[in-house]
Amino acid sequence: MIAERSITAQKIIESISGKANKVGFINDTELTGALQYLETKGIPTNKHEDYKYCNMDAVFKKEFKEIVQEFNELSNADVKPYKLDEAINLVVVNGNYAEHLSDKIIVKGITIKDLNHFTGKNSPIASTAKSNTDAFVALSNAFSGNGIALKVDKDNVIPMPINIIYINSAKNSSLVNPRSFIHVMPNAEVTITERFANVGKKIFSNFLSEKVVEENAKLTSYTIQEEGAESFSVNTNQVKVGKYATYDNTTITLSGQVVRNNHNVVIAGENSVSHLNGLFLTHDTQLVDNHTLMDHQVPNCESNELYKGAINGKSTGVFNGKIYVRKDAQKTNAYQSSKNILLSDDGTINTKPQLEIYANDVKCSHGTSTGKIDENALFYLKARGIGEENARKLLLAAFANEVVDKIEIESLKAHLETQLNKLY
Amino acid sequence: MISIKNLHASINGKEILKGINLEVKAGEIHAIMGPNGSGKSTLSSVLAGREDYEVTEGSVTFEGKDLLEMSPEDRAREGLFLAFQYPIEIPGVSNVNFLKTAINEIRAHKGQDPMEAKDFLALLKDKQKLVELDAKLTNRSVNEGFSGGEKKRNEIFQMAILEPKLAILDETDSGLDIDALRVVANGVNKLRSKNNAFIVITHYQRLLDHIVPDFVHILYNGKIVKSGTKELALELEAKGYDEIKHQFEKTEG
Repeated sequence: MIAERSITAQKIIESISGKANKVGFINDTELTGALQYLETKGIPTNKHEDYKYCNMDAVFKKEFKEIVQEFNELSNADVKPYKLDEAINLVVVNGNYAEHLSDKIIVKGITIKDLNHFTGKNSPIASTAKSNTDAFVALSNAFSGNGIALKVDKDNVIPMPINIIYINSAKNSSLVNPRSFIHVMPNAEVTITERFANVGKKIFSNFLSEKVVEENAKLTSYTIQEEGAESFSVNTNQVKVGKYATYDNTTITLSGQVVRNNHNVVIAGENSVSHLNGLFLTHDTQLVDNHTLMDHQVPNCESNELYKGAINGKSTGVFNGKIYVRKDAQKTNAYQSSKNILLSDDGTINTKPQLEIYANDVKCSHGTSTGKIDENALFYLKARGIGEENARKLLLAAFANEVVDKIEIESLKAHLETQLNKLY
Repeated sequence: MISIKNLHASINGKEILKGINLEVKAGEIHAIMGPNGSGKSTLSSVLAGREDYEVTEGSVTFEGKDLLEMSPEDRAREGLFLAFQYPIEIPGVSNVNFLKTAINEIRAHKGQDPMEAKDFLALLKDKQKLVELDAKLTNRSVNEGFSGGEKKRNEIFQMAILEPKLAILDETDSGLDIDALRVVANGVNKLRSKNNAFIVITHYQRLLDHIVPDFVHILYNGKIVKSGTKELALELEAKGYDEIKHQFEKTEG
């Protein structure tokens, strides 16, 4: 039984272990645990409750029969389309921080290092991402690339956004493990964009980011996924929010054949505020699966989630939002909303709010709606001379803009509007 | 302008319009009155091209073209306008963007270039004044959070912007206070010309004090049962619909 479960994992380990970065920044216990977890639990199939609609074992069996681990070098020209003029741009290529493609930092209060900078027992890496929680966390802990660590020093408000570009370019089907560790120190504020792109052949990207927002700090985070049809990815965000801190994330998925997002927020400090927003527009046979967790561990915190999906073709969208309110987390305010539009007869949306509440003085609510495009609105627009195509575009843009408007970087917003307009 | 001949239409297999005949010429205002359920709104929906209704018999010619063959958007582009009885709220679509898209699609249909931004803004400003519409409303989402009166004014505002040849006002007076009624009527009166025409559908006579019709038709049970001039509306107001109902139920029975 165990052996059968781990066939896929064994194959992955054999294919990449000789060629992987030597992961010195993860302590031995975690590393051993990671390999053990992979070998015994394997890559999740749809029998795993959390991967019910996202059979990752099947993805590997079908799409990654061979994992060759051969990559192209990239130049400035490859990266340029993903840079933002108003931001400090940092580049991670095939899982490894590429300093030569990144902007030089001239801003006070930011420290950037590659992960190999950290070693041994005192390394902070994996301190919030434990191998025994999920196969893809374990996979990253075992085989992480030499990713990027970013620290914003205490009391610093960074005046421009930081744009981290994770770009992959495989010669043929390969697996990468890009990783980041973002630490926002007390009273600091920063906006970080993480953009995902693929300019090579078939790729599986297992991204993991640890984000720690310390007391009274603020992290505004944008996740922009546009990896194209040859990309398969799992993206895990493991976030820890401190006292009086604010964490905001907006995740927009423009493309990717299979995109699984695990966004786990541990609300660890009182009086903190966390927001997660998501937008996915799926086509053809795409699968986009957003799993979120708001883990309220302490009292007096607020969390709010808004996820919107528009499903076209034979694609599938998933939203699974778990809100966990622990016994001590009194006076929690937690809200969640999932709104979806089905644009075709063959599309599927699975949406599931999951509230587990163990405190008795809390305000929690969730709402979910799935419908077709509003025929009355469509007719109203047509009755003013607007054709079917533009009428649908107007209505879909209106639907999407509730999430897109959260993006406060003008050039990024303009880029998204252009790209989204092609998808409507 | 428009010629409706023996128009029959049904919804879900139930016949609502049972042979409408109506001829409207340029420069004319026609009022269609009738009790609830007589088919007034069905007529406007069928003319605007709502797909829920099936036309089972008859023809509609609009400016020499077969209206029933056209999509709703083409009817609008050809110059037909329906002021909705219940204007739709469309959150997230701004009035300005909506109107700009509409104008430019209509212009494209006529082979014209898109309107210059400054001309468009001037047009908005001008027509806002005409219907006394708060400029703030123009920048909001289409009808979202508008009061009943504001929605109706917005319909007339759109009509003023799009300058249709034939406008059908579907119970535009319902739910309006006397001031809003005056504004709506003023709008129509300022827009009327010898080149355009209006069909005013209403339940009550009071709108017709402000918009004076050339002809009044009474719709009952899916048919126009009586036509006349504006005096007919006054007569109806005095006697109510009961007499009509009584008279025609008897003849049909």
